Amino acid sequence: MSVTADRSSVDSCLTAVFSFTAEELGGLRGLANLPNQVYRKSVKRGFEFTLMVVGESGLGKSTLINSLFLTDLYSKDYPGPSQRIKKTVQVEQSKVLIKEGGVQLTLTIVDTPGFGDAVDNSNCWQPVINYIDSKCEDFLNAESRVNRRSMPDNRVHCCLYFIAPSGHGLKPLDIEFMKRLHDKVNVIPLIAKADTLTPEECQLFKKQIMKEIQEHKIKIYEFPDTEDDEDNKLIRKIKEKMPLAVVGSNVVIEVNGKKVRGRQYPWGVAEVENGEHCDFTVLRNMLIRTHMQNLKDVTNNVHYENYRSKKLAAVTCNGVDNSKVKGQLTKSPLAQMEEERREHVMKMKKMEAEMEQVFEMKVKEKKQKLKDSEAELERRHEQMKRNLEAQYKELEEKRRVFEEEKINWEAQQKILEQQKLDASKSVSQWLQRVFTCKFKFNFSPLTCCI
Amino acid sequence: DLELEIPVLHEVPPPLGPLYGEKHSAPVVDFSYVGIDAILEQMRRKAMKQGFELNIMVVGQSGLGKSTLMNTLFKSKVSRKSVLATAQEKIPKTIEIKSISHDIEEKGVRMKLTVIDTPGFGDQINNENCWQPIMRFINDQYEVYLQEEINIDRKKRIPDSRVHCCIYFIPPTGHCLRPLDVEFMRRLSKVVNIVPVIAKADTLTLEERDFFKQKIREELRANGIDVYPQKEFDEDEEDRMINEKIREMIPFAVVGSDQEYQVNGRRLLGRKTKWGTIEVENIAHCEFAYLRDLLIRTHMQNIKDITSTIHYEMYRVRRLNENNTGGGNISPLQLNSSSTLELT
Repeated sequence: MSVTADRSSVDSCLTAVFSFTAEELGGLRGLANLPNQVYRKSVKRGFEFTLMVVGESGLGKSTLINSLFLTDLYSKDYPGPSQRIKKTVQVEQSKVLIKEGGVQLTLTIVDTPGFGDAVDNSNCWQPVINYIDSKCEDFLNAESRVNRRSMPDNRVHCCLYFIAPSGHGLKPLDIEFMKRLHDKVNVIPLIAKADTLTPEECQLFKKQIMKEIQEHKIKIYEFPDTEDDEDNKLIRKIKEKMPLAVVGSNVVIEVNGKKVRGRQYPWGVAEVENGEHCDFTVLRNMLIRTHMQNLKDVTNNVHYENYRSKKLAAVTCNGVDNSKVKGQLTKSPLAQMEEERREHVMKMKKMEAEMEQVFEMKVKEKKQKLKDSEAELERRHEQMKRNLEAQYKELEEKRRVFEEEKINWEAQQKILEQQKLDASKSVSQWLQRVFTCKFKFNFSPLTCCI
Repeated sequence: DLELEIPVLHEVPPPLGPLYGEKHSAPVVDFSYVGIDAILEQMRRKAMKQGFELNIMVVGQSGLGKSTLMNTLFKSKVSRKSVLATAQEKIPKTIEIKSISHDIEEKGVRMKLTVIDTPGFGDQINNENCWQPIMRFINDQYEVYLQEEINIDRKKRIPDSRVHCCIYFIPPTGHCLRPLDVEFMRRLSKVVNIVPVIAKADTLTLEERDFFKQKIREELRANGIDVYPQKEFDEDEEDRMINEKIREMIPFAVVGSDQEYQVNGRRLLGRKTKWGTIEVENIAHCEFAYLRDLLIRTHMQNIKDITSTIHYEMYRVRRLNENNTGGGNISPLQLNSSSTLELT
């Protein structure tokens, strides 16, 4: 029957599962097997790690990355940013998927070409800071979302800062950069191109750098103390060698029959993985083999939390008086938002009332002005009329005078004409007399007269 | 002044020939020999009496081995650091110009060597105009010489403090010239002889070194920077041939050291690392020997000549023209109260 068949199959399943003995499952209670469970889960999930490299161009950053992870992140086909001259500082990101022993690592390398290369390098650290903050912000937003199934962790876990091997001390640019970034990200200073320094020079240089780091109170990444004595000894050794002097190379050279990675000079071969030549192996072990998880933890617990509290405090304190700060931080955001909204509404109302007032005042003023101008116009009108009347009178007066003169003149003309007539009459009478005389005598006087 | 030696009286009258210290035992009279080439001997004596002056300026970021290289070049502690024994090397906030003179003697030849150091160059975060103090210094030296020259009552031998040669240290990035390098060399190649060198060359493998040099030469050409030996000042074919060879090797990749180590039974200047010892004077290791030959053994006089006949003359022409046109905000040539010099 089907039921019994099913039961038997279920039984066989169960026995298969529980066929492990108690020891194999890690002790009587099985607690000791928990790390294994975590381990298996993580392996399946895969790891993420973001590494940032900062330094002037030509310090061997790309070569070191290639050497550390044994890949060709910057190959001949895709030359690294160092081969191209940059006008401004850029932040470039490259992702590489590395698989080893069943473990999968998504490695993100963030490069900063152009850093410290220009003539004027003020604020060349600003793009770097902006990048780190933006990644933290992304994570903060992803964390605060309602639906947070996938939270990709793109925060910068470690920043390798390359110091040029001058042999003297830190440059002002180095100090400025580290001071600004030590509380945002784990800073690990490295001495680049360490094959330039003899062992004595290297020692002196390291001492000088550590002294200056302490002087300026720069907090570089500190290795945590573990309970294990053995580990502690190792860690102390590493601490003494800080900052690590590294040499990078992916070129394989044969030395005494052995194949090693190194740099071939006319006077010898500087081996990359030789502990006496440089601290590359220390760096690699520390970064990848032992402290990768710790770097991520410190980033998460310390740097990210710093950022988060600063950011959220800024949001809540926005627009609120500083004297009321004490109680505000503990209020829930919702209540805070409600209060803000109320305040905002009140503000708007006040503004509206004010605007109305202003409007009315303006209207009154305008009315007054218009009245005034009207009165003014009236006055002028009156004045003009009066002027006009006065002129009219004047004109009348003139006309009268003119008429009188005309009459006078006409009268005078008449008298003149009368006089003329009289005169002409007397002349003609005289002429008549002359003619009659003439006729009596000869014509000669007439010709004389003419 | 020529010293006249009173000739030794022989029974036979001394033959016509150079009066200096050469005793002719046999009365050989050479009718075809006048003796003009004896002027070389006279000049040599004069030069040895007068001594030489050389002013070298070293420019570069701190930590590039400038002082060490100077010590290595002249095989004695001539650098600023050796003279002013400061334990700490603090980067100064502004560029300083420090000039230190030494008297060196070798086989009777005396030389007054002045090393002009420029600490603080290119070390700040903002290096805008960091070449200005240096240009001002060089022009000031020309000015001092000019003032002395146009004086009516001038000294017989004007003390020469003009910068003859400026060695510019390029950091061994292996990629290309930085904007700061290009800016500096562009401006200063017009007033002084620039000799660029790749500092701390023990950081580059031979392939990297060749690649780097090629890149640098390309960039110098692209920017129109004329470094010593300048092409336009080659006088004849022989000069050109020699200088071409040098131009193919510029910039020299140098390593400096003032410590001696035992190598193959000999004591040599070098740097000892865990993987080998770098010999400074070994041509297979670095090009220090070429630089030394250029600066001291073969081209020293040429460098000084170019400085005085070309760079200084250019400065003088510019200055006198400025004075004539009633130049703007530059102080006019100061003439002594006792002199009235007419400038045409």
